[in-house]
Amino acid sequence: MQYSRLSSAVESPNHTGVSGKDERADPAHSISFWGSTGVFMRESIRFYLGERLVTLTEVAPDQTLLDWLRHEGRTGTKEGCNEGDCGACTVIVVRLRHGKPMVKAVNACIQLLPMLDGAAVFTIEDIAVGNALHPVQEAMIGLNGAQCGFCTPGFVMSMVAYRNAEQPSDDDTAINTALSGNLCRCTGYAPIVRAMKQALAAPDSAFETALPALKAKLLTLQDGQDVQFETTRGAVFLPSSTEALAQYLQAHPETLIVAGATDVGLWVTKAMRPLPRVAFIGQCPDLMLIERSADGLSIGAGVTYDAASEALSGWLPDFGRLIGRIGSTPIRNSATLCGNIANGSPIGDGPPALIAAGALLHLRSGDQKRTLPLEAYFLAYGEQDRRDGEFVEGVTIPPLAEGTFYRSYKISKRFDQDISAVLGAFAVRLDETGSVLEARLAFGGMAATPCRASRAEAALVGSRWDAASLDRARLALADDFSPLSDMRASAWYRQTVAANLLTRFFEESRGETSRLEKAGGLVHV
Amino acid sequence: MSEPVKPVQVCDRDAAAAPDRSRDMKHESALLHVTGRALYIDDLPEPKGLLHVVPGLSEKAHARLVSVDLSAIRAVPGVVRVLTATDIPGENQTSPVHANDEPLLAVDLVQHVGQPIFAIVATERAIARRAVKLARIVYEERPAILDIQSAKANGSAVVWRPLIMERGAVEPALREAPRTIRGSLTIGGQEHFYLEGQVALAQPGEAGEMRVWSSTQHPSETQHLVASVLGRPHHLVTTEIRRMGGGFGGKESQANGCACLAALAADITGQAAKMRLDRDDDMVITGKRHDFKVEYEVGFTDQGDILAVDMELAARCGWSADLSGPVTDRALFHADNAYFYPDVRFRSLALKTNTQSNTAFRGFGGPQGIVAAERVIEEIAFATGLDPLDVRLRNVYGTGERDVTPYHMVVEDSISELIMTQLADQCAYRERRETLRAFNATSRTLRKGIALVPVKFGISFTATHYNQAGALVHVYTDGSVQVNHGGTEMGQGLHTKMVQIVMREFALPADKVRITATTTGKVPNTSATAASSGADLNGMAVLDAVTQIKNRMIAFASEKWQVPEDQIVFGPQGVLIGEERVAFRDLVWQVYFARISLSASGFYKTPKISWDATTGRGRPFYYFAYGAACAEITLDLLTGENTIDRVDILHDAGESLNPEIDIGQIEGAFVQGAGWLTTEELVWDGQGRLRTHAPSTYKIPACSDRPRIFNVELLKNAPNREATIYRSKAVGEPPLVHGVAVLHALSDAIASLDDYRSCPRLDAPATPETLLRTIMALQAKSGHGGPI
Repeated sequence: MQYSRLSSAVESPNHTGVSGKDERADPAHSISFWGSTGVFMRESIRFYLGERLVTLTEVAPDQTLLDWLRHEGRTGTKEGCNEGDCGACTVIVVRLRHGKPMVKAVNACIQLLPMLDGAAVFTIEDIAVGNALHPVQEAMIGLNGAQCGFCTPGFVMSMVAYRNAEQPSDDDTAINTALSGNLCRCTGYAPIVRAMKQALAAPDSAFETALPALKAKLLTLQDGQDVQFETTRGAVFLPSSTEALAQYLQAHPETLIVAGATDVGLWVTKAMRPLPRVAFIGQCPDLMLIERSADGLSIGAGVTYDAASEALSGWLPDFGRLIGRIGSTPIRNSATLCGNIANGSPIGDGPPALIAAGALLHLRSGDQKRTLPLEAYFLAYGEQDRRDGEFVEGVTIPPLAEGTFYRSYKISKRFDQDISAVLGAFAVRLDETGSVLEARLAFGGMAATPCRASRAEAALVGSRWDAASLDRARLALADDFSPLSDMRASAWYRQTVAANLLTRFFEESRGETSRLEKAGGLVHV
Repeated sequence: MSEPVKPVQVCDRDAAAAPDRSRDMKHESALLHVTGRALYIDDLPEPKGLLHVVPGLSEKAHARLVSVDLSAIRAVPGVVRVLTATDIPGENQTSPVHANDEPLLAVDLVQHVGQPIFAIVATERAIARRAVKLARIVYEERPAILDIQSAKANGSAVVWRPLIMERGAVEPALREAPRTIRGSLTIGGQEHFYLEGQVALAQPGEAGEMRVWSSTQHPSETQHLVASVLGRPHHLVTTEIRRMGGGFGGKESQANGCACLAALAADITGQAAKMRLDRDDDMVITGKRHDFKVEYEVGFTDQGDILAVDMELAARCGWSADLSGPVTDRALFHADNAYFYPDVRFRSLALKTNTQSNTAFRGFGGPQGIVAAERVIEEIAFATGLDPLDVRLRNVYGTGERDVTPYHMVVEDSISELIMTQLADQCAYRERRETLRAFNATSRTLRKGIALVPVKFGISFTATHYNQAGALVHVYTDGSVQVNHGGTEMGQGLHTKMVQIVMREFALPADKVRITATTTGKVPNTSATAASSGADLNGMAVLDAVTQIKNRMIAFASEKWQVPEDQIVFGPQGVLIGEERVAFRDLVWQVYFARISLSASGFYKTPKISWDATTGRGRPFYYFAYGAACAEITLDLLTGENTIDRVDILHDAGESLNPEIDIGQIEGAFVQGAGWLTTEELVWDGQGRLRTHAPSTYKIPACSDRPRIFNVELLKNAPNREATIYRSKAVGEPPLVHGVAVLHALSDAIASLDDYRSCPRLDAPATPETLLRTIMALQAKSGHGGPI
């Protein structure tokens, strides 16, 4: 295959692993080539940065958006932690969803630059138009929302994104959720929340009034082409279809598949691991599907937690509630449900919640497809049932059988944006007499993989759903698991709380509710 | 701007001063903050040929360095130089207290995981970060002492002399007391988590000059240590800092490492060099708030009166002295909090351990001392069945009697009782306490708790010589003013307050007063911006400078207009000279034309203070700042999860310089204090590796952790009785202590399990796990069985 560079690109030996400069020309003029799947193929990525169209070739697959922005002189976006936990680097990414521009806050530090293809990116420098401050900025000044100021640009971006959410509410809980990905060490947040409320009541600013016009600009970037190029630091592939992805992975089975990069981003920023070949699947249209059918609710591998949350909340309300505690708003705007599965983490929150619901995982390799119960995917620590060249296409959550009671519980040191010490997700199905027909008790944080508590389940099945069975199940948990002690919790705490969560589940199935909730519903931001 | 000056006031200069609108001023950088245009050190335009410095860290807690092979790093393209201790032309020493125990780069011996051994200088930061893994270091491990318990058990060295404070005869008093309780308490440390990590940029100049932009709270110390490392006199080194992205004490001494290594790299290569730590490296290298283990014994009466207190406060100090001495001293200075102990003995133990060298953190040991004092109160309350608030009120310092501290300083203005009573009334503490107890009587899995806790905090550096400050004020011929002082801005609003002083004295609008970066080239020999002293010290120095210029202008005008000096008033409409009004800039021009200096350097030293550690006596503090907080929480008995439902704070900022900024300090300090005592847990493993080295594992409060109801008020009509700047009080550290109310509210909720008859002895941080452990211990003790 012939590779050549954009003739207009400026080759510059800068040190960010990127060359190529602004392309102010009509994007249609970008040169394309016939790709391996017979459709047009592009050898550059294109996105809007504020007003200007940027076309880049030779973008290394491990180039972060944050480093690139700061190298471009946009130093308003700060690095606080370089792992997506503090929000100092928050920027806004706008994409079309169902034809509508969706304004989303994301962590620039763990966005890999090729992922931005087709998007519009706004940084703090784009929010005030001329001398006219955005209402969020006015409110942050007027209500003393900034002290040291270092987290402030990130907060402003999250706040602007929230103001442009579908239904922003001035409810404290909703605002907490919107700001869950931004840490402030100075103010104690109270003045920032006050500023958010004031800004919600303000009329639209120039930033908002310009948004509708963005649709046309974003549409011009949607050319349906594969993007494929190689750089000295690694190869980049953005498939336009699952077909293209399947073929690419057959040809390059060593390819790392990246959707939201909220995990892989840290391989780059913290472990300094090279990424020799990456397929970025986050914008592959075939993988963006959310479908309800008689089989259940199916979620494609490119669907973010944010995009999936509405459908999941409708399908399995308690899972919807849990999603509000997975990562933070900017993380959920990037992270995918399937990525949370595919990486095989023993402490991912999605898998146990899905296992308890009886979810099925769909894998594909070339033309071969297979489906397996989700729990079967996790073989051992760091080992999953995914073969060379195979990829996760999606997951299906079947409807809960009649008589099933389902709940998921997350236990962590901090309510928002924390990794679970224990995640317990449980489903029991009772017959008319109150006996347990089926029990699915899934845990995260208790073993080397997300998994079911088979002995505790056995203690329940066939018995009456009563306090005596509960006690047997609690005891059996000690045989099911011998969890680790680490910085999140001791083995003792994990074991004790796991049993206590069964108690809570039992009580809630009886209509007793005693859960402490800091953030009730899920907010779409 | 158009407020008229009433003629009737003209004769009296004080009364005629314009109403002080500067008190409402927003943070001087607010516009820059919200637009992303405020420049932090990593945002400064990068000099040509800038090199990047990345440290190579020890992987062992205590080991002899057998060999350090860095050849593979040197071979990496883009690596310009690898620095080791032998490259240091001056002293390989950065101890801020001249303890000579803190090499910049390790030689022969490493004493904690994360100690810098070498530093890579490369053309790109990423190249250096990747190359650092290529070091081949052979260690010969030695036994490591990692925590307080093993330090005490092994008779570990101390990094500072123990301090003993004693008044009366504690042993007989304890023997004779009707009741005594002995106990112990663990108080965890705290990572600063300033949002902007440690960073410095060094640029070599001519003839050995070195300019260093450092995110430091102590530019003078940074200057001195850079000079010492480079083997130069101080006058060749200039340190500059416009603003920090947070400090909290974590950049008082801990900024020096980056500054020195960047300067060393710049000096050796002749090119500008920047060192910006990755967050994980930052957390692994730098010191934190000291964790403490406190052993206490208290003697008291059935009525809840304290008779005697004996306490030992032992701290994990880490591998070097750093500021641990003054920190452990200050813990003792606050182990009485607001309470009079008739007979008392405190001892400190500053233990050396093979961990990060713990350092200053907002409160500087004081909050730990107060947590200990409040545990003692709690013990008495649960032992006697009294409301803890009543125990507090019974034992609070009096005025004129029961007013001598364990360090023999008289408390001249105890207002703790007033504040506690007022707050209890305002927030309906007693009624709510009854309501919560009724709730708890019937609630199985959720329990509620409430606590009202005071703070009395001593203001001044206990190192008396630190209580001095300088300022430099220039009035330019167009009537604009530039002000500079020795303090640093880290978000606390110090620069704003300094601008306000100039505005108020000259009656100028904000846009006529410009505050510039703090630099050792303008104000030398400064103290750290620490100990809450920034506005107290620098404010008076700025006032001194402004007053000098103002007096020159008045003297000139008096002579020229033949008007008595007391009839010359600076007002917003200009300077009123007798009956004539002259624009400020016109008067400035005339003063200039008359060849009178329009620049002045100001100076201030705190009066009245003294302290002798050898006798344990003196007046270390110019005054005390007071306050109280009431917190209500809900606790989940199944998991230990909890919420802060409501917090009310009444705080004494004297005659506040800027009420909005001060309330912001209080809100932020409360949340930081509550985080310290709840979710913020530092965990080291058995090899001394810090496992909580990033925000993914170390959890500072997030937005949803703030109290659901959060009322903060300043104490009204409470001017400082000492002659501080406009009778204000320091506000940086004292309100951090308000977070202690959360710990006690959680404890109150747990105490419900045994009908409030036992002190739950809840340690900090009260993570869900610690809470569940404490819950189950009390359930077992009370015979109420396991989880529900």
